[in-house]
Amino acid sequence: MLSLKVNIPNSNKSMMHCNKKAAAKRKQSSLVPQIAEALKSSLVPLSMSSLEPQLCSMKPTKKKHNAIDIEKTEADITLRRSIMVLSKTASESDVSVHSTFASRYVRNSLPRSAFESVLAVVIDDPRFKMPENSIPKEAAYQIINDELMLDGNPRLNLASFVTTWMEPECDKLMMEAINKNYVDMDEYPVTTELQAKEFIFANIRMFVMLKQNRCVNMIAHLFNAPLEESEVAVGVGTVGSSEAIMLAGLAFKRKWQNKRKAEGKPYDKPNIVTGANVQVCWEKFARYFEVELKEVKLREGYYVMDPVKAVEMVDENTICVAAILGSTLNGEFEDVKLLNDLLVEKNKQTGWDTPIHVDAASGGFIAPFLYPELEWDFRLPLVKSINVSGHKYGLVYAGIGWVIWRSKEDLPEELIFHINYLGADQPTFTLNFSKGSSQVIAQYYQLIRLGFEGYRNVMENCHENAMVLKQGLEKTGRFNIVSKDHGVPLVAFSLKDNKIHDEFEVAEMLRRFGWIVPAYTMPADAQHVTVLRVVIREDFSRTLAERLVLDITKVLHELDLLPSKLLVAAHKNGKNGTVVKKTETETQREVTTYWKKFVLDMKTNRNKIC
Amino acid sequence: MVISTTSTDSGEHLNSTFASRYVRSPVPRFSENGFKMPENSMPKEAAYQVITDELMLDGNPRLNLASFVTTWMEPECDNLIMASLNKNYVDMDEYPVTTELQNRCVNMIAHLFHAPVGDKETAVGVGTVGSSEAIMLAGLAFKRKWQQRRKAQGKPCDKPNIVTGANVQVCWEKFARYFEVELKEVKLTEGYYVMNPEKAVELVDENTICIAAILGSTLTGEFEDVKRLNDLLTKKNAETGWDTPIHVDAASGGFIAPFINPELEWDFRLPLVKSINVSGHKYGLVYAGVGWVVWRTNDDLPDELVFHINYLGSDQPTFTLNFSKGSSQIIAQYYQFIRLGFEGYKNVIENCLENARVLKEGLEKTGRFVIVSKDVGVPLVAFSLKDSSKHTVFEISESLRRFGWIIPAYTMPPNAQHVAVLRAVIREDFSRTLAERLISNIEEVLKEMDSLPSRISTREAHVTATIHEIQGGKPDGKPLKKSVRETQEEVTRIWKRFVDGRRTGAC
Repeated sequence: MLSLKVNIPNSNKSMMHCNKKAAAKRKQSSLVPQIAEALKSSLVPLSMSSLEPQLCSMKPTKKKHNAIDIEKTEADITLRRSIMVLSKTASESDVSVHSTFASRYVRNSLPRSAFESVLAVVIDDPRFKMPENSIPKEAAYQIINDELMLDGNPRLNLASFVTTWMEPECDKLMMEAINKNYVDMDEYPVTTELQAKEFIFANIRMFVMLKQNRCVNMIAHLFNAPLEESEVAVGVGTVGSSEAIMLAGLAFKRKWQNKRKAEGKPYDKPNIVTGANVQVCWEKFARYFEVELKEVKLREGYYVMDPVKAVEMVDENTICVAAILGSTLNGEFEDVKLLNDLLVEKNKQTGWDTPIHVDAASGGFIAPFLYPELEWDFRLPLVKSINVSGHKYGLVYAGIGWVIWRSKEDLPEELIFHINYLGADQPTFTLNFSKGSSQVIAQYYQLIRLGFEGYRNVMENCHENAMVLKQGLEKTGRFNIVSKDHGVPLVAFSLKDNKIHDEFEVAEMLRRFGWIVPAYTMPADAQHVTVLRVVIREDFSRTLAERLVLDITKVLHELDLLPSKLLVAAHKNGKNGTVVKKTETETQREVTTYWKKFVLDMKTNRNKIC
Repeated sequence: MVISTTSTDSGEHLNSTFASRYVRSPVPRFSENGFKMPENSMPKEAAYQVITDELMLDGNPRLNLASFVTTWMEPECDNLIMASLNKNYVDMDEYPVTTELQNRCVNMIAHLFHAPVGDKETAVGVGTVGSSEAIMLAGLAFKRKWQQRRKAQGKPCDKPNIVTGANVQVCWEKFARYFEVELKEVKLTEGYYVMNPEKAVELVDENTICIAAILGSTLTGEFEDVKRLNDLLTKKNAETGWDTPIHVDAASGGFIAPFINPELEWDFRLPLVKSINVSGHKYGLVYAGVGWVVWRTNDDLPDELVFHINYLGSDQPTFTLNFSKGSSQIIAQYYQFIRLGFEGYKNVIENCLENARVLKEGLEKTGRFVIVSKDVGVPLVAFSLKDSSKHTVFEISESLRRFGWIIPAYTMPPNAQHVAVLRAVIREDFSRTLAERLISNIEEVLKEMDSLPSRISTREAHVTATIHEIQGGKPDGKPLKKSVRETQEEVTRIWKRFVDGRRTGAC
């Protein structure tokens, strides 16, 4: 404690000293003396952002903004230096005595947060270097934890399909398994000849591998894969549907290439047919693996792929048609059966052999439980592979997806890497190697814990809550419901009248209540329609649904009281009544164009989803 | 099924977990029910118990010296991971802070690798699931850049190739096969288990998209001479007018070299190094599931591969093969960076090297082993038996398993495949006590093996006996000796055949 007493004045001194030095420097560079003043008076690092308005008002040119940045950097460096000195003089024992929030690690900007605007628009920062010195674990925990408080609450995030709640027992299992590597490949240094003795250490992943195989088999059966008794299903666990889609796409591409090669035809222009409502990962697959993406355009009121149009687009270079079970826009199931029938006919006419992939990322764990009679899966002969996200309605936290092939023939052998595992052959086909095993274990937990019955109950519950929410929204009389009752449990709705206030404003206001409800425009050819989308997950209970309706009503009331944003903008422009009226529409248009551009550029609707 | 409907619900939670029907009846396994999902639900306690019980049979990750992957983190960090398990990394709008933490990590790593990032610039890089994804992304960027260059020159761009050492991880092979690039491997020689820069540069032609060098070979932990490669390649590029770049696969060495050998030039200080990947879950000291790839500049990452998404009004470029994934590993990485800092990482790595040295010296003291690994490099000890005529390293590996240790034995890649080694990876959580314990266990194993007849000679005895019978003569020393070798060869052939056609690797 003695050293503590000595330390504090020391630190003050050194800090003052540094600040003076910094101040002197600043004067030299002919910059605002006010900062120096401010810095002098503060012993703890102060937020530069609080100084910024002052600075800006004084020298509001762009150049000075840069100067401010430099200023910030300088100040930070000097402060850090002073801190570094401190950390060396302070004895180790002091550190553990301090309360976490009283320790210098939290008070000072060492871990580079005090100067940074929280929203971190400023990422161009030389302070992104690793700190020189260590800090106690409690402090590190607290710092990160505090910053993470500013993240949205995952449970209230209605934008995402991804599971945000699991049973505490499963949490415990996952935590216990977190230090287990899923594919413990680095146990094997590369040798062209794999060592026979590997089974000694293959043990460690034995269980997880078995789990994966078991999960794949259960899912394959769920999707009615034509498996003989005791036949092992062909499929693989992935990090998410993105990887699953790339693997499936790659398999189709390679199969098509092989076929074309065998026929002696060119194989350099593959394409794939999808609806315009697909997730961005299809686009990614197309770009990374050099396949042309042919999109079937949507139209107003019909937001899924039209099977007739899709089949029209198929040509001899089409590696597959990708159908979506549970469109991300409105949760609708595409008519895979019709697609299959049309394609069978076309294949017969042309002699091609175009297969179907079903992207059941969100619908794969819905349809088998709620609509068992709906034919969308391996019951249809052209469906060769299906992907499903374990972390959506598979009810596991983010980081797991599955892809299942109809049979061994649908997965080209050349893409599979074989490893020897416990004396048995274990084929692998993944883009990722090492990854945590906890998600696989969690998926297995859910499958055996819930069983068919449990999954059906959860899905029925979700569907019911979606209906409650839908009815609540309809009762307000202000919304059109865009989503279908039949499909993934989500409610997509748009304002009947969005002239005065639009959906984006509603989304923004809801954020104040804690709700994250995204608003987005539909894809090309229907992009004038804007919708709000609420995804109903397992953990979105009836109470929350009712609460949300209440909050939306409140928001609508509040918005009614407010003048239209557009009107306000128009008013500023306008000088007299007539002009105002004219400019109103003009500005509306302007704002709409802005939104459109904003939305098209970032493809919000795509990146929100997956 | 009948039972489950008749038994009352109220009785269920009265049962002790181990007495309930859920534990007594079989869970879907390979042969039962054709792997179908169970019809009915079971209580969560029972499900938990069923899975934990089976997991007990897994090896203890902490004693697994085969893997580089981190198996221990501080409890505080475990808490952070737990709290963020339900956060999706991709929802950048919803979780801005998490995204920000990723950007900070990328920048810290880029600075650590001396990326020429100006004061006002952000580093170009991305967090991945592991080095595999990182390598595919880096390779894809090289391929696309090369294609663009060839197209601009009006030359064919359909036969790309990539040059690596034969000691690379299997993910390079995967990249080559999936993205249709030919893999040209530089063969190894005995006693030299890394890529030879001269030979590598010789293999380069106009279709080479890049040379991949490894910092920390998985076989011996050795660092390849990237500087020399850079110099040779610079010369070749100047002569031929090509523009072949270098990628450094620093999966295991990326968090070693900057702390221990800061003067070693292997990173962006060398002008031809355009991208580097590093595994956060190896010496980045985070649990499995995080890797990083960093590019030198924005120009080295073709824009057409980057998907731009809007993130709180600012542009957030993304370039990944995975979309949704957990964000806990990213948060854990950031935790380690700020918690440990440069000083802390240095201490941890120094400690690992120190423990590796202790283990090495202990092994040398037994007088039975040849140390194959180098002192400079990734903290691992690779060692082979001086005399493996009686017992092999594979037997040692097997015997050590009984003590709980998982230490793999393997042979080197082609052209050096007659050398078989054991490899112990020293991780942060492998303490001095454990190192000493391991040595004494190895000594015990050696003693035990000495007292056992050689497995090879047991079979041998039979073989020689047959030979003697055929010869009808008395055995003298010579034929026996000869047939020992023969049988060894025979055994090796069996092993080889057993293993043939199967290739695995590290990542």
